[in-house]
Amino acid sequence: MTYDVEQIRRDFPILERKVRGRPLVYLDNAATTQKPRQVIDALVHYYEHYNANIHRGLHTLAEEATAAYEGARVKAGRFINAAAPEQEIIFTRNTTESLNLVANAWGRKFLEPGDEILFTAMEHHSNLVPWQMIALETGAKVRYIEIDDDGRLIGDDVRAKINERTKVVAITQMSNVLGTINPVREIAELAHRAGAIVVVDGAQSVPHMPVDVRELGCDFLAFSSHKMLGPTGVGVLYGTREALDAMDPFLGGGEMIKRVTYERSTYADLPNKFEAGTPNIADVIAFGAAIDYLEALGMEAVREHEIAITQYAIDRLSAMDGVKVYGPREAADKGGAVTFNYRDIHPHDLSQVLDQYAVAIRAGHHCAQPLMRRLDAVATARASFYLYNRHDEVDALIEGIRASDRIFGNVVRAGA
Amino acid sequence: MSSELELDELYRELILDHYKNPRHRERIEHADVTAEGFNPVCGDEIEMELDFDGERLQAIGVRGRGCSISQASASMMSELVEGKTIGEIRHLSEEFKQMMTEPESAVPEDLGDLEALQGVAKFAVRVKCATLAWHTLGEGIEQHQKGDGAVRVEEM
Repeated sequence: MTYDVEQIRRDFPILERKVRGRPLVYLDNAATTQKPRQVIDALVHYYEHYNANIHRGLHTLAEEATAAYEGARVKAGRFINAAAPEQEIIFTRNTTESLNLVANAWGRKFLEPGDEILFTAMEHHSNLVPWQMIALETGAKVRYIEIDDDGRLIGDDVRAKINERTKVVAITQMSNVLGTINPVREIAELAHRAGAIVVVDGAQSVPHMPVDVRELGCDFLAFSSHKMLGPTGVGVLYGTREALDAMDPFLGGGEMIKRVTYERSTYADLPNKFEAGTPNIADVIAFGAAIDYLEALGMEAVREHEIAITQYAIDRLSAMDGVKVYGPREAADKGGAVTFNYRDIHPHDLSQVLDQYAVAIRAGHHCAQPLMRRLDAVATARASFYLYNRHDEVDALIEGIRASDRIFGNVVRAGA
Repeated sequence: MSSELELDELYRELILDHYKNPRHRERIEHADVTAEGFNPVCGDEIEMELDFDGERLQAIGVRGRGCSISQASASMMSELVEGKTIGEIRHLSEEFKQMMTEPESAVPEDLGDLEALQGVAKFAVRVKCATLAWHTLGEGIEQHQKGDGAVRVEEM
C-alpha cells in the first residue's frame, strides 16, 4: 500500500477547520494528536449501542463492553509486542500516571536508603518528579545522565553512573523537546547487568515508530493514547509479568480485589490488580480503534513519512538566518519534534504571531525545565509533526516565522 | 480584521519600545525588599528591588527574562509606580487588572504607558504575562509591611 497523505487527511475532520480564515496548520503533535473519524465513531458507537460497566455485569451490554475493553488491551499489547498482552498491559489515565504507578508501587517496595535512581538530563517532568518524590520517601538518591551539546546522552556518563547501587534506570525513548532517540536496548543491558530495572517513557516514541518491548528489554514502558490518535484520558503501563507480580497494588478499591473482609483483602491477578475502580471504558475502546488505524498504515510507513517531513523542516529552518535548532540535525536519529528559537524573539511572541497565520506550535519549557537550563534557553518553540502533516505545512511555518520580522524586525533587546 | 491588524493592536509600538529599552533596570543595592516572580507555565521571570520611604515607594529596580508582554509590562509599571504611595499603587494595580480582565471596560486615564497593553485582554493566555510584574510588586509590598525582606511569587 502506498502512503497517501491526502487520503489520510480526509479521515481527520478537524483538518478541514479554518483558523482566522486560514486552513489550520497543526504542528503541535507532540502535545496531542488529532483524531480520525474512525476513533470518534468508535467512541460514539460505544455510547449509543453498548454502554455498560465491565467485568461484573451478566447482561449482553456488559459482555459486549467487556469484550471491547479487553480487546483494546490485547491490541495495545500486540502493538508493542508484549509477550502476554492480557496480563502485561495496565490502563491508566496517561503516561504520567503510569510512571507514578511504577515509582510508587515498585519504589516503595524495593527502594532503600542509599539506592540510586538514574534518569537522564532530557526527561519530561513526568519521568523525573515522581522519582524525586519516591526518593525523598525512601532515602534513595536521584542522579542523571548528562547530554552533549547536540542533545545526545554521553555514553561515558551512562557507563560511569550505572553501578551496583543503581536500582532504577528511568529513560525516555524519544525526547519531547530534542526529538533525540535514545539507545534504550544498550542502556537496558547495562542496567540489568547492574541489577537495576528499566522504566521507559514511551510517550513520544510509541506513537511515531515501531516499538518492541522484548527487543528493548525494558521492564516497564509508559505511553498515552491521546498522542497516538486516541482519546485523552487513557494511558498505558506495560510491565513484564515478573515485575508487575512483584509489586503491591497502587490504588485500592473495586475491581482490584479477590476477597475482602473488614480486616484485610487479597488482591486480584494481573492486570486487574492495578486497575481499581471503573476505568475509562469508552476511551479505552476508542483507543483500540486508534491502534487499528496505525496498524493499517504500518508504523514503518509512519516513521518513514515523519523522517521525510522532519528533515525538510530541519533543513528549511537551518537555512534561515537567526534560527537556532536544538537537538540532532539528522531526522533519522530523532523523532518528529523540531525545537528552535528565532533571533531573540521570545517563543511566546513567535507562537502568537504564528497563531495569527493559523499555525499551531508549542512555546515554552515543554515540561522540561532542567533541560531548558542545560540548553541555556528560557524557553523554546517546538514544531512537531505526525502522519497527516504535509511539506507545505512546513512552508507555512517558515512564512509565519518570517512574518514575525515585520513586528519584531528591529527589536534588539538591551541587556537581553 | 486581518492578521496583520490584530497583531499590530497587540504589539503596539510603545510595548516594543519598552521591551527593547526597559526602564529602571539598575539594581538597587541594599533595597528594603527584593521580590521574584516566576510563571511556571511559560517560564517568565521578573526580579525587582523596592526601596521605601515610609509609605512611599522611593525607588524600584526591575529585570527579567520572558516574552515582550511580560517584560514591557514590568518596565511600564516601574515608570508608573516609582514615587507613589502604597495606597496609590494598590489603586493602580486594581485598575490595571480590571483592564486586563474586562476588555470592554473604559481604559482608566492614569495608567500611563500601560494603556498600550489594553489589546492583551483579548488574548486570554497572555493576560498572565502582563500581570506577573504587578503580582510580584503586590507581594513585595506585603512583605515590606510584614517586615520581611524577600519574597518569591509563583503564578499558577
